[in-house]
This record gives sequence, structure tokens and C-alpha cells, in this order.
Amino acid sequence: MTYKPLGESAILVEWPQQISKEILNDIRLFTSKIEAKKWKKIIELNFIYSSLLIIYKSSEIKFIDFKNELQLIYEESYSGVDIFEKTKTIWEIPVCYDIEFGIDLPFLSVEKKLSIADIIFIHSNAIYTVYGIGFLPGFLYLGGLSEKLHHPRRDTPRLEVPKGAVAIGGNQTGIYPQTSPGGWQIIGKTPISMFDIKKDNPCLIKPGDEIKFKSISKDEFDFIKLDYSAEMYELKKGKK
Amino acid sequence: MIKVLQPGIHTSVQDLGRFGYRNIGVPVSGAMDSISAGFANALLNNDKNDAVLEITMFGPSLEFTHSTTIIITGAEMTPKLNNKDIINYKLYQIKSGDILTFGKLTKGLRCYLGVKGGFKSAYILKSRSFYDGITSKGFLQKSDIIEYDEEKTSSNLNYPTINPKNQFFETTTIEVFKGPEFELFTSYEQEKLLSEMNSISNKINRMGYRLEEVKVTHNKSIITSPVIPGTVQLTPSGQLIILMKDAPTTGGYPRVFQLSEKSIAIMAQKKTGDIFSFKLL
Repeated sequence: MTYKPLGESAILVEWPQQISKEILNDIRLFTSKIEAKKWKKIIELNFIYSSLLIIYKSSEIKFIDFKNELQLIYEESYSGVDIFEKTKTIWEIPVCYDIEFGIDLPFLSVEKKLSIADIIFIHSNAIYTVYGIGFLPGFLYLGGLSEKLHHPRRDTPRLEVPKGAVAIGGNQTGIYPQTSPGGWQIIGKTPISMFDIKKDNPCLIKPGDEIKFKSISKDEFDFIKLDYSAEMYELKKGKK
Repeated sequence: MIKVLQPGIHTSVQDLGRFGYRNIGVPVSGAMDSISAGFANALLNNDKNDAVLEITMFGPSLEFTHSTTIIITGAEMTPKLNNKDIINYKLYQIKSGDILTFGKLTKGLRCYLGVKGGFKSAYILKSRSFYDGITSKGFLQKSDIIEYDEEKTSSNLNYPTINPKNQFFETTTIEVFKGPEFELFTSYEQEKLLSEMNSISNKINRMGYRLEEVKVTHNKSIITSPVIPGTVQLTPSGQLIILMKDAPTTGGYPRVFQLSEKSIAIMAQKKTGDIFSFKLL
């Protein structure tokens, strides 16, 4: 682990550059230890993959002193660890893989030498870990995509990928939280909003949570979309 | 309130920014030049987080419907109140029906309009800063209205004017810290990144400034990692991108420098074609 300053008021703590659940759990544990201190000098904590960023009030403490303090906290044993493992949430995201939405499914089927049904089965039968949120508000960086579905991004990104599109880019899969340009291969669409500014908690899913995709029909897509807009749909917490 | 008669090109409400939401991917936003915005609030005796208008390059035409006191700081954009020239860094009393317009940009890029008590646009995720998708729009449009509290008793206008002959942002030296990946590059490459002049391309906005020169091409990629305003990324094609206040919270290019908050404020006043050099802090 290394501690580096990022400018005058942030510390970047870096673990080995890997997508690994062990590293993620170590970062989450460290984060909860720091949060438990309830320090006023911390503005915010933010982790993704193998990095933790600690933004602090530089008027209150110097980098070197804060770094030493943080290193001591990392070494401390912490009783919160068990609770933290038990409270892990698995969210069930409904996805319609109809080719009306999954416009790149026929192309992927040829490229991957898999039937469309197989692609859907593989994609919707894995548990994905949220390694962080970034790029756009509510965009989840997910780990856990089966190697059978790894596929490079398009050479030319689309100017407009619709909100809710579920897609594959390299070894990652993700959901576009809003309409935006994007180069990933689109395989489906979710009727729910990954980020809803009208809600008190705009993004229910947090880094460290896990998600599953549930394959739904076009009819179910329309029902859920209607329920969701009437605030009658509640995102389900799935089972392992 | 103010009525937007003409919006200008990139006029937005900004406070110090939106803190505490990086974990759900929400950019910090806030005034690009926090120093000039801070002057406006300080001289109005406002709270430092009160919202001001950030006015970029071409100013808006605004009509005030209630009495207040205003100030303009930062870039010099030939402001006129009811068609009479006014100057930056001076308090002016406003009455209902007054019209504020802007003319030619003569110094800097962004000016800040402060009102007594701050603008009261929608407060979302603990900030009034405009960011499209969080607030309902990214920039003001024609016929928009923005609220502010009417000032019943007039302010003391006898503050000393601090209209500086040379503003802090006129320097061509941008002070930077080494970024987390600076040491990944050879000393020759580091020297190249540091010693050469930089010019600002036409790809500049609130998310970032892309620089013109091709400096050091490379094939070093890093795992997606946090970035903050002022992070300087080096793209594989060799160009530098300085991330600004609306930048995404994560990035995958090597972070070679990090600007201080003061350097971000200076950079916010630079425009296409301007030239500057980096200096390590």
C-alpha cells in the first residue's frame, strides 16, 4: 500500500492495481474504520477498484501527520468487520434482453459463437461486485463478467446510448444511468433508473454492494417501467 | 429575482460545490475560479458558500425585479448598469427594473456576479451549483428566473474598492504538485512535461481543458482511479487534459500533475490560445 498526496488536500491510498474482492474488502474495512472516527477534518472518502481517496481540510492537518495517523488506523484491529460482511446487499436489476433493446446481441452471438439465449443465461446468472461508481452519476463499475462474454468496445463509439442500456465493454459490464455517448456493446435495457435525482437517496446501490441481473420479458419491462414511474416499484434485494 | 433577457453563452449559478457525493459519481462542480467568486461574497459580506452567477466569455442581459446590492469580480467584461459603464470590485445598489448587460471581454474568461444574500436557485444534494442531470439544466436560458432575497435596508457602499490593476489570474505560471503517476515517466519525459510551454486548445469547458501540444506519447494505462478538479491527465496520444470542476470523479489516464485550488482559479480565467508554463511546487 502506498500513500500519496493528490494536491494540497487529498490523500490517495493505493493497493496493488488489481480487480480483486480481497482488495475491495480491505479498502471497505479501512474506509469504515476511518468513518468510525467521525473526523471533522475529513470532507469525503471515495474508493474505486484499488484506490481510496481521502479529501480533507488541509488547514487542520498536514499530509505527513495525517498519513501517519491513517497508517496507525489501518493497523488497528476492528470489531465492525463481521457486521459489515453480514450487511452486504445484493440488488436484483431487471433487464429486458429483447433484441429491440439489446441491439448488439446478434453481432455478439456471431462473434462469441454463442446463441443469444446462452449470452442472456451467462450474463444473468452471475453475481457482480460494485467496485466503485464514477464516469457518470450512478454508473457502476462492475466486476465479475464471465470471460466468455468479454468483448472489446466498438471502434467508433455511438453518439447516443439510451438511458438504462445494459452493455459489455472489454472485461466489464455496466448500465448507462443516463443517455450519453458510449462505445460498449449493448445487450439489453433496464426499466429502472440507476440514478434518480428526484429521490432522497438518488442512488441506492453503493460501492461494495453486489448485483444480479434478472431477465424479464418486454411485457414485464413495460409493467415495471410504469410501476417505477408511479413510484410503486421497489428495487429488490436478491438472494445468493 | 432576476429575469434572464439574454442568457449569454455559458452562464450558470455556482457556489463552492457539491461535496459528499463522489461515491455515487456526482462531480463536485462549483465556481471554476473560486477566488474571484469568493471576493464577490466577501465584499458583499455574504456567506462564503452563497451562490453567485458564473458568466463566461459573452455575458447575459439581466433584469432585476427587487432591490439588492451587487458586485462583479473576476474577468473584465465591460459591464453596464442601465447602459452606464460600471466597474468590477465595486458594490452597486440595485432597484427594481434595473438592467445589467455585458460587453467586450477584455481580461480573463469568467466573471462572477454576486448579490446580497446569494442567488436562491434549487438546492440539490447540498448545493445550488448547476450541473445538468443533477439540477434541471447546466446553463441559464432565455426567460429563466433566479430568485434572491429582497434587500430591505441598503448596504453600506463605502467599502474601499479593490479594483486591482493586475489581477491574480494574469500570471502565465501554473503551480502544480507532482501527480500520482508522475514518477512512471523517465526524467527526460518529466522534463518535457515540465519545461515546455503549453497552449490551450479550443476544447475547453467546465469539465476540462485540453492542451494543444503533443508532449509524451505512451502506452501506460492505470486501473480506473479517483480524479479531482485540477488533476492533469496525460492521454496515450501525448496530450494533457486539465480536469476542471465538472469533471467525472474517476479516470483511467496517468495523472502527471495536480493543480492547487489557486492554480485551478487561474486556469479558469485562461482561454483558447493562451500560453502558460507549469512550475512544480
